[in-house]
Amino acid sequence: MNLDFQALDLSRPGDLLVALAPELVLTLAALLVLLVVAWRHRTPQDLRLAGWLTLAGLGAAGFAAWFLWWRGAGAAGIPAMIAVDDFRFVADWLFLGTTALTVLVSFDYLEREAVWVPEYFVLLLFATLGMMLMAGAQDLMVLFLGLELMSIALYVLAGSSRRSAAGAEAALKYFLLGAFASGFLLYGIALVYGATATTNLTLIGVQIATLGLQHGTMLEIGLGLLLVGFGFKVAAVPFHMWAPDVYDGSPTPIAGYMATAVKAAAFAALFRVLGEAFAAVPAWHAIVWWLAVVTMVVGNLIALVQRTLKRLLAYSSIAHAGYLLVAVATGTAAGAAAFLFYLVAYTLMTLAAFALLAAKGTNGERDVRIDDLAGLAQRRPWLALALAVCMLSLLGIPFTAGFIGKWVLLAAVLVLASVISAGYYLPVIMAMYMQPEPSAEAHAGMRLGRLGSAVVAAAVAGLLFFGVRPNRLLDIARVSGASVRVAPAVSSDAPPASLREPTGR
Amino acid sequence: MYAQTVLTALLVWPALAAVAVLAAPVRWAKHVALAGSLVEFAISVPLWWVFQPAGGMQLQLDVPWIPGWGIHYAVGVDGISLFLILLTTFLVPLSILGSYTYITTRERAFYALMLVLTSGMIGVFVALDLFLFYVMWDVMLIPMYFIIGMWGGQNRLYAALKFFVYTFFGSLLMLVAIVALVYLVAQRTGVYSFSYFHLMGNVGELGTLAFWLFGAFFLAFAIKVPIFPFHTWLPDAHVEAPTAGSVILAAVLLKMGTYGFLRFALPLFPRVALHPAVQTAIVTLSLIGIIYGGLVAMVQPDFKKLIAYSSVAHLGFVMLGIWALTLQSVQGALMVMINHGISTGALFFLVGMLYERRHTRQIDAFGGIAKVVPLFAAVLTIVSLSSIGLPATNGFVGEFLVLVGAFRTYPAAAVIAAVGVIVAAMYLLPALQRVIYNPLDKPENARLPDLSARELAVLLPLVACIVWLGVYPAPLLRRMEPSAQRFIETVRPAAGAAAAAR
Repeated sequence: MNLDFQALDLSRPGDLLVALAPELVLTLAALLVLLVVAWRHRTPQDLRLAGWLTLAGLGAAGFAAWFLWWRGAGAAGIPAMIAVDDFRFVADWLFLGTTALTVLVSFDYLEREAVWVPEYFVLLLFATLGMMLMAGAQDLMVLFLGLELMSIALYVLAGSSRRSAAGAEAALKYFLLGAFASGFLLYGIALVYGATATTNLTLIGVQIATLGLQHGTMLEIGLGLLLVGFGFKVAAVPFHMWAPDVYDGSPTPIAGYMATAVKAAAFAALFRVLGEAFAAVPAWHAIVWWLAVVTMVVGNLIALVQRTLKRLLAYSSIAHAGYLLVAVATGTAAGAAAFLFYLVAYTLMTLAAFALLAAKGTNGERDVRIDDLAGLAQRRPWLALALAVCMLSLLGIPFTAGFIGKWVLLAAVLVLASVISAGYYLPVIMAMYMQPEPSAEAHAGMRLGRLGSAVVAAAVAGLLFFGVRPNRLLDIARVSGASVRVAPAVSSDAPPASLREPTGR
Repeated sequence: MYAQTVLTALLVWPALAAVAVLAAPVRWAKHVALAGSLVEFAISVPLWWVFQPAGGMQLQLDVPWIPGWGIHYAVGVDGISLFLILLTTFLVPLSILGSYTYITTRERAFYALMLVLTSGMIGVFVALDLFLFYVMWDVMLIPMYFIIGMWGGQNRLYAALKFFVYTFFGSLLMLVAIVALVYLVAQRTGVYSFSYFHLMGNVGELGTLAFWLFGAFFLAFAIKVPIFPFHTWLPDAHVEAPTAGSVILAAVLLKMGTYGFLRFALPLFPRVALHPAVQTAIVTLSLIGIIYGGLVAMVQPDFKKLIAYSSVAHLGFVMLGIWALTLQSVQGALMVMINHGISTGALFFLVGMLYERRHTRQIDAFGGIAKVVPLFAAVLTIVSLSSIGLPATNGFVGEFLVLVGAFRTYPAAAVIAAVGVIVAAMYLLPALQRVIYNPLDKPENARLPDLSARELAVLLPLVACIVWLGVYPAPLLRRMEPSAQRFIETVRPAAGAAAAAR
């Protein structure tokens, strides 16, 4: 087969298969793991085997994505169902990497909590597949399919701890609200289709320009419903109500997964939809901007009064969704670059924090209060140090990736909001370092296995590395961000220039 | 070789030493830290001779860091920062030596944090790239936060959080201002660069935006100085911090605020800074700081809190000297910055030594201890007199220059500030009297041990500086003068042009 990677013609089956290689590899891996666990699901060894197979599948898909990225794959010809650009591949890496880290953390967790659910890893793979489809979707229907694939796998994962009442509550809540959100999204798609007679993102953009639909009522209502649907998925205020309860009830690694990969996927899709299809519609800039402001402020304020660590992280992830929305609101290539960089930083710090939390929670997910961490630094200095670095990075202190991330998407409101966040990140550090241990056994049950430690160490090392040398990652983010075909925004409703800052050149 | 690398070495060495401290056995931690900080001091000492007073910004090094954003690792030193660097490297070994018996828990962490803090402080003073400056400004916040929070007194959590949030708030405003400034300059020149010289050269006329940018810088630095009414974090942080923390906090960290004014806020936005309304407001706040700080210090029953409030008063002199913009006053401000570091640092050491002996800092708990601890009493007397500004001590030189210089620009303000010197005598002398003179009426004070050899080793270098700078400050003044002159020449014409245009 003679392939021109730079200009794949997606109407030809061969080229389409190549363009979809990462997704196809992952599908095969998921089916393989499904077969394996169907036969072998009784012992811890079986669970481990499934986990390692999952990792192998993720690696293979990651390789496929890397290969396409390395060959500079791109699409030519009429717009198709799937996008072939750097943005998609970089997002794929992010999802695959996050999933791999989640799998590594899950090994110990599943054994300790005695959650013998062999489908766990299969569902993770399918959820990841859905995310990759979302990030690569060039068509609203593919986007919806990816979203549903991801969401349905996650509804099950949220309740995968079958003996836990909180888990069942979380799964049901997530399912009901998720279905509701999907309904909004689908209705939005229908209205957009009604207005433009197409579901292809590029063609929607063309139709809007040629038909002069910039202020079309039906289109705007459809766009609004799409935003509501995405707002649910990224847990933006006021559509965030489900998030703390669901994170609280879900197994901790899954909560971490939801806070990072799921959010990242929804954001990637949102970015592509707004950038490619609706760049010419001025209405959404202001809407997204205000969503961002409200999300930042409310997320941070409610996080202040949380007493348990998991809910604190849940609200912190809501606040960070607000930060990411700032990047989306700019709707520029620089915004996309900032957004990709921040996603990487955010994923590393949040995932490591949840991994550490998973190590602390014992005996059927007792709620870990912040006070329960008192004196941790004396007993487990490395764990405390890792969690402290995560907290400082979330707060945005220099020499951590969180700082560079905050720097790239700097906005005045964000800065003020992050002052509030000092009020809840620091108490975690204070408890660990500045309060005495209540009793000698206070941290006896805390256990982080070798794999979990490796994940945390890798994440923390990544945070510090990108905090000092962000150059390469910034370049990748910039090139990938620019690969989304963003039409220049023509908007008077965008936030004033003094509130937004340039990111890169 | 030395000229190229010295500043980087000063910046990196303490961080490396911190790693060594963490790796060392616990009982060796303090010795390793002391050795590391002494090496740091040894690296910095040749600066005194290598530095060319007329050479402007020198010993520069400029390496691209994040080229995509125009961020460089750029460092340099001039007559303004030179002495702050030397003050830092001089005080850190003393603080470490002074903590030998005070810090008894988690020693490795403490000494490692002290060294990391040193890196951050040096970084703030040498940075010539606004990104690097901001990074260092925040970096030194973290170790100080831990030092207060982990080894502080009863109320340490509150004090540490307050310290952090106040400073962090200011620094984030500064971050916004820095990025906005770079963006505005880039719009004009097409070059994204955080370089200090690039921004200085191209800042031009920013209109009303300059007011907001200056405001952000002002808040960040004013909280750090602290200028009244942004000072409320200071007494809490000082009182709760362990001795070494208080010393470094008073001697170096507060100077970062005034250094920020000298290096960034005024040269970048001279027209705003010297706008009559702004000028009046800042001079008024400085005077309030001088008088109010002194009056509040007068009624403090806690010796450490008394010294903390005296810092507010001393820093008021610095602010007045900077804004008076005469050669004497700016040099005086620089001298007060150095002298306050030495004298107040020494006072905090002395109070810490009292606390180690009696576990109280209440002035009432003492009295007549001069008979019991004559050496201690002698040192405390000398240091107190220098803090008051008695002639022939270092304190006199700085405050005198500020008053002389300020009298030419703001005669009324200089007169009021001179009253502040009297107030200083009114709070320190009675305290001195109640602690070391008066009858020895508390039996528990009758058996206090006098200064040990280690404590003398901490205090004698400070006393030597007090006398040296009081009698012969010329070598310092000579090295400061060209830089102070250039500072005035940068700020004044720009402001003058604005005044003429009105």
